[in-house]
Amino acid sequence: MPFKRYVEIGRIALVNYGKDYGKLVVIVDVIDQNRALVDAPDMVRGQINFKRLTLTDIKIDIKRVPNKKTLIAALEAADVKNKWESSSWGRKLIVQKKRASLNDFDRFKIMLAKIKKAGVVRQELAKLKKETTA
Amino acid sequence: MYHKRGLWAIKAKNGGAFPKHEKKAAAAAPAEKPPKFYPADDVKKPLVNKRKARPTKLRASITPGTVLIILAGRFKGKRVVFLKQLTSGLLLVTGPFKINGVPLRRVNQSYVIATSTKVDISGVNVEKFDDKYFGKKVEKKKKKGEGEFFEAEKEEKNVLPQDKKDDQKSVDAALIKSIEAVPDLKSYLGARFSLKAGMKPHELVF
Repeated sequence: MPFKRYVEIGRIALVNYGKDYGKLVVIVDVIDQNRALVDAPDMVRGQINFKRLTLTDIKIDIKRVPNKKTLIAALEAADVKNKWESSSWGRKLIVQKKRASLNDFDRFKIMLAKIKKAGVVRQELAKLKKETTA
Repeated sequence: MYHKRGLWAIKAKNGGAFPKHEKKAAAAAPAEKPPKFYPADDVKKPLVNKRKARPTKLRASITPGTVLIILAGRFKGKRVVFLKQLTSGLLLVTGPFKINGVPLRRVNQSYVIATSTKVDISGVNVEKFDDKYFGKKVEKKKKKGEGEFFEAEKEEKNVLPQDKKDDQKSVDAALIKSIEAVPDLKSYLGARFSLKAGMKPHELVF
């Protein structure tokens, strides 16, 4: 029931609306009740409403409003990229992006692979069924 | 305006006076006889039209060797290989015939989705195909006598001439070789495209 992810300096958040949709940003300062100052290695530091952010589990150790160099170093030290891409949430987003970028030919190849896999599974299942009834 | 346009500088460069061009001597117009007939009312001349007929602009995504999805006609849903654009603007396309039953055929660009899959088309020679090759053959009209109206008309079979079949074979031979070099491409071209549940055409990447 209690909150687990807090808005704090160093919290990594995902932007879920606007120009930077889908980016991972770091909260470097809190402006007021509704807005935070966020920063990321590939964007200009700027303010964003909390309603446009979704907090993640990842937190890094930085002081209030670090400069870009320190921020990037802190992100590297905490290995944020790998932590994100190995988390189930991060992996889901990667799969969604891959599926959206599939070619018509890729979709056909995936269909063939799914049929093949289903055939192998069905064969194994039939084998197991025979063993239990025999 | 005089100062803004720098006319003083142009004059100064030319030594005080504005530069003048000599008028070109106009070619002497041949002496015209006054016309014998003037129409009662002035008739408006139609405006001159200098537009040239050009083949339809080809979409950037359609290049020789692209796999296209045909959207209408008896081959709707079939995935075919694009060969070249003809002078009428229509696209020359082939199945290949052995793979999906689509012969050398013309197709309109508007009834086609271009996928991003490309086939290597370098071994194929499509120089000889043009719109006349696909035009309907004009038959000589036979004069019928009265008696023949009551006879059942002879069924005319449309037999494909052998040279068209040979053209198909020669175009497809090189194509099929480059298609078989890519795994699964042959079965891909043999399958028809259809929208399944959950597919949103405006979100699909072709």
